[in-house]
Amino acid sequence: MRKGYITGPVLGALWMLVIATTIAVTMSFATGAAFRPQVLLSLIWGAVAGLIYVRFPARRAPARLGVAALLGLSCLTGFGPVLIGSDTTLQAVLITVIAVAVVMHVSMAAILKELPFAELTRHEFEDAVIRFCTGFGYIFFTAIVVIPFYVMVMTSLKSQQALLQNPLDFSVDLSQGTALFRSYTELFRDFNFGTYLWTSFYVSCLTVFITLLFSVPGAYAVARFRFQGQKAFSRSILLIYMVPMIVLALPIYIAFSLTGLRNSILGIVMIYPVTTIPVALYMLQGYFRGLPTEVEEAGLMDGLSRLAVIWKITLPLSLPALASVSLYVFMIAWNEFLLAFMLLDDPSKFTLTRGVTMLNSSEIPRQHLMAGAVIATVPIMALFLGLERFMTKGLTAGSVKG
Amino acid sequence: MSSATPPTGTGALAKREARLAWALLAPTVISVSLVVILPLLAIIWISFKPFTLSDLRPPAPVVRESLRGSGDDLRIEYRLRNSSQEIAIEGVTLSDVLPDGVTAGEVAAPCVLDGHELFCDFGTLEGGQRERIRIPVTFDGDPDAFEDVVEGSEPRVTGSGPSVLTNLEFSLENFARVFDGSEFWGVLWVTLFYTVFGTIGALVMGLFAALLLNKSFKGQGFIRGLYLFPYVAPVIAVAFTWVTLFDPFSGSANALLVQMGLSSEPINFFGERPLALIMVTVFEIWRYFPLSFLFILARMQSIDSSMYEAADMDGASPFQKFWLLSIPQLLGILSVLFLLRFIWTFNKFDDIFLLTGGNAGTRTLTVNVYEQAFAVSNIGAGAAVAVVILMCLIAFSFVFFRFISREEGL
Repeated sequence: MRKGYITGPVLGALWMLVIATTIAVTMSFATGAAFRPQVLLSLIWGAVAGLIYVRFPARRAPARLGVAALLGLSCLTGFGPVLIGSDTTLQAVLITVIAVAVVMHVSMAAILKELPFAELTRHEFEDAVIRFCTGFGYIFFTAIVVIPFYVMVMTSLKSQQALLQNPLDFSVDLSQGTALFRSYTELFRDFNFGTYLWTSFYVSCLTVFITLLFSVPGAYAVARFRFQGQKAFSRSILLIYMVPMIVLALPIYIAFSLTGLRNSILGIVMIYPVTTIPVALYMLQGYFRGLPTEVEEAGLMDGLSRLAVIWKITLPLSLPALASVSLYVFMIAWNEFLLAFMLLDDPSKFTLTRGVTMLNSSEIPRQHLMAGAVIATVPIMALFLGLERFMTKGLTAGSVKG
Repeated sequence: MSSATPPTGTGALAKREARLAWALLAPTVISVSLVVILPLLAIIWISFKPFTLSDLRPPAPVVRESLRGSGDDLRIEYRLRNSSQEIAIEGVTLSDVLPDGVTAGEVAAPCVLDGHELFCDFGTLEGGQRERIRIPVTFDGDPDAFEDVVEGSEPRVTGSGPSVLTNLEFSLENFARVFDGSEFWGVLWVTLFYTVFGTIGALVMGLFAALLLNKSFKGQGFIRGLYLFPYVAPVIAVAFTWVTLFDPFSGSANALLVQMGLSSEPINFFGERPLALIMVTVFEIWRYFPLSFLFILARMQSIDSSMYEAADMDGASPFQKFWLLSIPQLLGILSVLFLLRFIWTFNKFDDIFLLTGGNAGTRTLTVNVYEQAFAVSNIGAGAAVAVVILMCLIAFSFVFFRFISREEGL
């Protein structure tokens, strides 16, 4: 197996299949026309290309360029790695041909670089395999993450009929101008989405505020003081973490129904923080433990009371952690679905997630549902991308919960 | 001269600290026990009761007041009924104040009229029982306004039926229903499949993604952020997107499969029996691999690089370094993640509920709680399922704490 003339064609064949599938899927999603990877032909073409790339190690060897060009052009004949449907535009065909040739050349050269034709050392062989896996990994993960979000955004811009006609055609007609965002304007005008957005926003902010108010002193006490039951306490925080929401939602539903708190924002604001306090407490106490006690002791020696120490020394030192916790709690509250779904029935009091659930009915066209999904996703994504550093830290510290 | 001994017992400072600690913890303890401990006790209580959704509204007397007749033959009529068809209400009374300018005629039992104040005592109202009281009245004033005046004053009724929630009768009926026959084992099997494969899948994918990104290059931060998207986006958005994507009629995935020649006709991904369960498991893996990825990456970056340098000196190949160095180093975080994710996947409700609603053989224990309580509207049975979940959870957390105390020293 560890011979250049075997490894090269095998990796080449597999890689060609990956490229052909990727290009076919990408072109299908971009144009809606028919593209199909040909498995057997891809394997054969890839094996040939792999052999040539291993045999001619020069970066721009004529044989390499020749086989790349041949591969690209072969797509026109129907015997290439990618089969192009007959009713495809000339532009799309050209792009496919060039993409097959260029992508093949660049990536094959990268994967099979410095791979001798004959005997391989263990390092050379494993490095080549790892390069292949890396390439495949990037394509695979990017595809599975990007495709659903791409579909979500594009579906929200298309009409139901167009979708039923060709579910792959996501090309948007830019000439229609603002009419493109029809479903969004309708959501905000007819479905009250402006109100939902605002409700979700202030409910999340209130949740963050109340959570911090409760969890900061609690976390400090758990992290700094020695008292009876401290260990039991930190364990029960983790334990409460693990109680499934649906189990709690049932009695909360009953209690809220009996007391009339169902269908009120007050009830939601009362419940959300309690679900997030244990998470926040757990995250914060970990951070407080890491802070040096000497600074606080110096404060105590200078005559500050404990509470003043927390306020004037500990909190300013833990601002980054507070930011992470706030973002994480905001995310939980913003994305919360179950409680909002069970406790809110009155359309004037919906949070955004509850509002989107309402759109999931057969009478409302799909693009409205997807537009609602986009509206719910965009703010949290913007927040996430803008404050990625804090968010990642918060996720790592707190996402024992998920 | 006595020798100096270290102080024993708790000193004043320690006591003060402990007091302050509890004072700082009090708000959290109180609120959490109100919303977590109390409901947990409540759900255990309810699981032993025949409690349905309609019992949320206990039986109560309902009254309607109206003015009947015309001219000289005017009468105020109260119609009283029990809102429940089966359960009797006890201590039913009615009281009302007749408006000014009204002269009432004869009042029949069980009512008495004291001045303008009417009081009727019905005692017990059987299930479905109706009562009607007529009071002949005369009125001096505008007859058109009279009706409004009479009907404007709300009569007060008292009386309450027995609430299923508060009495002391218990039954095992709910548990009998839950464990009944093959359904429960089916649900348990689905839960286990979903939990085990969802957890392992997410871990393996997370490990793979972490290996990809465990080197610094330009754009690494961007790709890391991108790979976290499935976890950060609201579940509702991504779940509906998947449903749209895999729709048998207008879904792109099906169109793609047909076009690529992999399938001759559209597949109903979320509607067929074994496929739907696999799909929700795949969704779970897709949504939670970012989490494992993040944890594993953080651990990888904290592994001492000198170990790898030493391995290089000894001529270890990349695979050897992975199997003999990275994996043993990552074993701790992998097992903690496995336990945590196992528990959390076991508890997952939203995802399956939004994707399939528990249909097509995807009903897990948590979805079953909802199904029993709201779809079948038998809250007691739902609570019984919840108690079963709690039992499993206690078993898991026992394992978890034995293990995590070793791993993290908690």
